[in-house]
Amino acid sequence: MALLEVTDLHVAFPRGKHHEVEALRGVSLSLKKGERLGIVGESGAGKSMLAFAILNLIAEPGRVSQGAIRFDGQNLLEMSEHDIRGIRGNRISMIFQDPMVTLNPVLTIGTQMVETLKAHRKISTHEARRLSIEKLKLVAIPSAESRLDAYPHELSGGLRQRVVIAIALLTDPEIIIADEPTTALDVTIQAEIMALILQLCRDRDMALILITHDLGVVAEVTERLMIMYAGLCVEEGPTQRIINAPTHPYSNGLLKALPQNSERGQDLYQIPGSMPPITALPSGCAYHPRCEFATERCHVSAPDLVNGIACFHPLKADAKAPA
Amino acid sequence: MITWSALLKRFISDPVAIIAGFVLLLLILMAAFAPLIAPQNPYDLMQIDVMDSDMPPSWKPGGDPRFWLGTDSQGRGVLSTIMYGTGISLLIGIGAVIVQGVLGITLGLIAGYKGGWIDSFLMRLADIQMSLSTLMIAIIVLALFQAAFDPSVYAEYAIFMLIFIIGIAEWPKFARTVRASVLGEKNKEYVDAARVIGLPARKVMWGHILPNAMTPVLVISTIQVAEAIMTEAALSFLGLGMPVNKPSLGSLIRSGFEYIFSGSWWITFYPALVLIALILALNLLGDWLRDVMNPKLRRGDE
Repeated sequence: MALLEVTDLHVAFPRGKHHEVEALRGVSLSLKKGERLGIVGESGAGKSMLAFAILNLIAEPGRVSQGAIRFDGQNLLEMSEHDIRGIRGNRISMIFQDPMVTLNPVLTIGTQMVETLKAHRKISTHEARRLSIEKLKLVAIPSAESRLDAYPHELSGGLRQRVVIAIALLTDPEIIIADEPTTALDVTIQAEIMALILQLCRDRDMALILITHDLGVVAEVTERLMIMYAGLCVEEGPTQRIINAPTHPYSNGLLKALPQNSERGQDLYQIPGSMPPITALPSGCAYHPRCEFATERCHVSAPDLVNGIACFHPLKADAKAPA
Repeated sequence: MITWSALLKRFISDPVAIIAGFVLLLLILMAAFAPLIAPQNPYDLMQIDVMDSDMPPSWKPGGDPRFWLGTDSQGRGVLSTIMYGTGISLLIGIGAVIVQGVLGITLGLIAGYKGGWIDSFLMRLADIQMSLSTLMIAIIVLALFQAAFDPSVYAEYAIFMLIFIIGIAEWPKFARTVRASVLGEKNKEYVDAARVIGLPARKVMWGHILPNAMTPVLVISTIQVAEAIMTEAALSFLGLGMPVNKPSLGSLIRSGFEYIFSGSWWITFYPALVLIALILALNLLGDWLRDVMNPKLRRGDE
């Protein structure tokens, strides 16, 4: 049985007095124990929204308007606030994008770690500090003991992200949601941090949901991949299959837009246009205005996700546009 | 945020801040150690002799070396009453700001964090409170209190009443400041991160947002102490504040005011001088603190 099962999740925000717009329009995913899933899409596709929705932390005035999120058999959307707090940060942890802003600037690393542990375990401060040091060592932070009393501003970006990861690991969660964990870091640090996350997931049999723009990272780290566009999943399947032979025109466009897939001396490829705002979605398939394969049918009706693809004109493996 | 060492550096390099800080420290020490250093205990009737009344300062003809700044109509040394009175004024000022702070920070934090109708309700409440003048509320309540109770009961509880009334009347200033500051902080990612690790709203608000929203609170606290002392002085001057036998600076000014035309100017003059020095020092420090804490006015040397 899947550890996490999201079915037909809709997230809506009010617009005006009587209307709502949907940021997520029916997303489903399932995650097995220890499985690593990548979620890729342009900014505004709803990737981070999905992460917050999984923890039932959609900020007011938004709300989950439909769907179910089953974690270990329980529907998180029907749980009391008190019960769900026992899961947040405990059995499901999250790593954010920018370590410069995710640590509270006025509290020491130790305070923030001890607080996290004490929120979920009945342990003494001394014991909590010992566990914190253990986890700081696990993420390879040098002189972990002394770092515990440091303030976030005293650490470099890479170290801070390690601290954020250590905090996420404190309670030995079953799932880690990493929301673009390396976007704000130097390229050299990015590889280190990703390698660390991958190794930790493997060693501890943790499931990972990796949200990112970076298809290269996804290819290295994840086993399955979900491509999101305008609040919907447009393609889903094994990472290697999608990277090598995307079937959705959008997935194909994303891959083609990678600089390494362009000829030297040629202009870089880009998908024409930009993602429509959720307040002004086109009719039919949301991608059709930017799609080179769009036909009359795409203007009128939206394709459902069937066999991991939501497109009326899926590309065949050999029909893939020249890379 | 600014570190303590940077704050100290800024303080040392600013002569106005040093002078204001020095004056304030002097007045606080004087008030705190009044029972030890004052030549006389003005609350102790045994030490007061009516025969000593209305003496001018010691260097004037008719002055007495025991009473450096002269005596008032009851024979109390003006210097001693100022020392004790400064303490009462400071106590009321600080006490009132603590009441304001506790009320204002709590309500402002809740309004800013929760938003929605709770926010609207609390802020309209603040608007209503702000539209009623502090002095007006205080005069009404204190006049009723004075009329309803025996003077001895009034004398005993006047200080608490003043702290309470000035505290209640001015909470919206803190509430608005904290709310504005919370609105700026609550959408930052560290707040999301705190929620994601499973902390309850109470801990996110008090433990994570409030420490980051305290800077402006610190600044207005200083200025509000000055404001509260001034309000108390005004009330005492109107005869609604501290009773004559337990005088604050305001009641000292009032008690001397009756005699000012008969030539006993020192009874009013010296307490007024101390009051002005106290308020000025507090306001200058508050202004300095505001400038230091404002990143837009910060110099490039930190």
